[in-house]
Amino acid sequence: MSAAPVDLPRWADTALVPLVSVVAALLVAGLVVIGIGENPLEATALLLRGALGSAEGIGFTLYYATNFIFTGLAVAVAFHAGVFNIGGEGQATMAGICAAIACAALGSAPGFIPGFLAAPLAILAAAAGGAVYAFIPGWLQAKRGSHVVITTIMLNFVAATVIVYLLREVIGKPGSMQPETPDFPAAAILTPMHQLLAPLGVKLPATPLNTSFLLALAALFAVWLLIWRTRLGYAIRTVGANPRAAAYAGISPAAVTMIAMAISGALAGGLAVNEALGVQHRLVLDFTAGYGFVGIAVALMGRGHPVGVGLAALLFGVLYQGGAELSFDKPTITRDMVVVIGGVLILFAGALDGLFRRLVAGALRIGRGAA
Amino acid sequence: MEAPVPPPAIELIGISKRFGAVAANREVSLVVARGSIHGIVGENGAGKSTLMSILYGFYEADSGEIRIAGAPRIIRAPADAIAAGIGMVHQHFMLVETLSVAENVLLGAEGGRRLKGGLSQVRAALARLSQDYGLAIDPDAIVGELSVGLQQRVEILKALYRGAEILILDEPTAVLTPAEADQLFALLRALKAQGKTVILITHKLREIMDVTDRVSVMRRGEMVAHVATGETSPPALAEAMVGRRVLLRVEKPPREPGPPVLEAVGLSCRDGRGTETLKDVSLTLHAGEIVGIAGVAGNGQSELLEVLAGLVQPSRGVIRLDGRILSSADRHPARLRERGLMHIPEDRQRSGLVTAFAAAENAILGYQHDPAFGSGPLLSPARIEAHARDAFAAYDVRPPDPALKTAKFSGGNQQKIVLAREIEREPRVLLVGQPTRGVDIGAIEFIHRRLLALRAAGVAILLVSVELEEVMALSDRILAMCGGRVTGERVAEAADERDLGLLMAGVTDEAA
Repeated sequence: MSAAPVDLPRWADTALVPLVSVVAALLVAGLVVIGIGENPLEATALLLRGALGSAEGIGFTLYYATNFIFTGLAVAVAFHAGVFNIGGEGQATMAGICAAIACAALGSAPGFIPGFLAAPLAILAAAAGGAVYAFIPGWLQAKRGSHVVITTIMLNFVAATVIVYLLREVIGKPGSMQPETPDFPAAAILTPMHQLLAPLGVKLPATPLNTSFLLALAALFAVWLLIWRTRLGYAIRTVGANPRAAAYAGISPAAVTMIAMAISGALAGGLAVNEALGVQHRLVLDFTAGYGFVGIAVALMGRGHPVGVGLAALLFGVLYQGGAELSFDKPTITRDMVVVIGGVLILFAGALDGLFRRLVAGALRIGRGAA
Repeated sequence: MEAPVPPPAIELIGISKRFGAVAANREVSLVVARGSIHGIVGENGAGKSTLMSILYGFYEADSGEIRIAGAPRIIRAPADAIAAGIGMVHQHFMLVETLSVAENVLLGAEGGRRLKGGLSQVRAALARLSQDYGLAIDPDAIVGELSVGLQQRVEILKALYRGAEILILDEPTAVLTPAEADQLFALLRALKAQGKTVILITHKLREIMDVTDRVSVMRRGEMVAHVATGETSPPALAEAMVGRRVLLRVEKPPREPGPPVLEAVGLSCRDGRGTETLKDVSLTLHAGEIVGIAGVAGNGQSELLEVLAGLVQPSRGVIRLDGRILSSADRHPARLRERGLMHIPEDRQRSGLVTAFAAAENAILGYQHDPAFGSGPLLSPARIEAHARDAFAAYDVRPPDPALKTAKFSGGNQQKIVLAREIEREPRVLLVGQPTRGVDIGAIEFIHRRLLALRAAGVAILLVSVELEEVMALSDRILAMCGGRVTGERVAEAADERDLGLLMAGVTDEAA
């Protein structure tokens, strides 16, 4: 008979609480902006205009959102199985390495594989690389009892070192001082959106936005289908919510943990697809740039639901793109300030979630009492 | 006007407490006379525990007044309650198992930084208390090594050491053998003789009749009756609790058992720490027969169920289903379900249900691969919901709302969800653990009828329950377990409680 967890109506849980968190985070961020002597309203206007005020801004925003959708979904799928995969960075790194190797193989034997298959093969290689690299900590937890949080973070460091070695010694561009691969074969590259839509008469400014974005949207739908509409998703949710009940139901928590981790890693591989195959067209060092970690915040904010993950990814996309514009216009607000705002958002949406749930529950009760 | 009689030990006047939309206590009033044993009965969720939690300071009442020995008291925390002379013995003991009896009694009442003075005080007090009440206990014994009955005694000593004049006991006999329960009641009578006041919360009507002076009945957060125990009867109390007439004991027609269906020979099992939890257990279930396992909780019954259901692999022994030995691959919950061996687990909230799921989703737990619930890898929410709607109607699950989160159903209705799921598959063997734990009286009758209907239909049933009355009422044969062994077998008609109690305490036929 301890204090029951706060129970809220569904709409409040999925929409109102995250909204309140975001508003509270923005208010705190506003105070910081005031603290350095700038007008927070003006800063907000600049940020929004930079992110959504032009076709170019929107393109960049959606490009960032693509990364966050993939890494957010990766965390969400593992979370449904009750494991906290914080190894998105390492899994994306491995995915990038595998995609680069696949591209190198395609490039060394041109004509061996039909051109239209090159990009799908490179994407599959990325997904497989991420999946295998996430399966390892899944297996370690399921069979050896090593906690995923520890092993995934350790494997992030391993991947970060492996990519340095490979770019320096094995798959790097010969004769280049930069730690990067040669350009991928053109057939393996994902079409930029402005080129894709140009034949249809839609004129878009050149942005990094590419067909990975469509892949990310498909991934949102696929994850929804998987988690809420398939037998495997049922097993994943059962294991995540109550492993004992899963064992009772004849579901093997060990097997489900490993499968969910592999799916999670494959989704994290989407980050490499967007960055390497879609934007850079080669593998560069540190292309993951912390997107894997922000994915944790995206998944938490989105409550593990694809719709929520999509919206949270968009929000972080706005913040990244708008923040870049803002720091350009207002030299006092540096890139670091934008990182601070993102950090406050993560803190409020993730860590302080329970606080806002309580506040919202209290407000709703008062409202009902008055009615 | 004022008579010189002492004021009542406790007066609760108009206590109300709401949790969100639920009124757990509504205008509850209660008078407990000094030096009496007062019983409080009611179904699960009737508000007994809430009321006692308010009295002990875990919750604060929204309105109402508490008077102790005639004086109004404000109780905001357990410390206030202890200061007012109230002691509570919880259903789950609040003891540190690695400490000695004296150290446990001292815990929270150290009275200074150095333990030595306190400990010698405790020793002196324990010696005095054991003289006064015949509570013999070694103050240096390690609590974890004591029997459950003695651990409960430590809890009572703790309360008395803190000067409790009023003792609240919450379901004290749930973990005791019949003999230990009798000892507890003797102790309660001794406390009463010394002028202490005892409040006994229980759902066992027989205990109320045995030991209390007065009894109060709660239903849906309200007090519905206060009567002198001598002027009431179990059926009358049951009717007051449920609000309608109930059969306390269902009719069990005689039935010839059929051929053996499930046989276990020499089953042994070890837990994670290597302790042997099952020792050489053999049993046979025949078609159309209910075999009951009598035993105090924690004597191997749970492990027996888990081994037979394929959740735990035995370290030794053989299980035969329909005469064929089950290989280790066969001993898997999913394979066994396919072969008609269903299992209603002891702890439905921890293993039988995913309480975070919608009720409809729980109605397919374990059968999520059934083609009827979808096509290929996909599940069909419409079909799952339709299935749940039918099942809930047939088993009178309330509310019959498949979309409602399972955690929001009462214990009895959660149990009905599990029951419906396992029984509607027409099992040939049914393993049932604690079918009526935490289930209210009205639902108990329903569940018992269902089990007997299955018996009539030729299902072989293994019934594990800590409620000896339930085992005796339903079973054809009764096996008693103690320390992981089967200590004896009785035909139900010839079994009596005293005899089974001895077997449950480990006194085997050979030793007697």
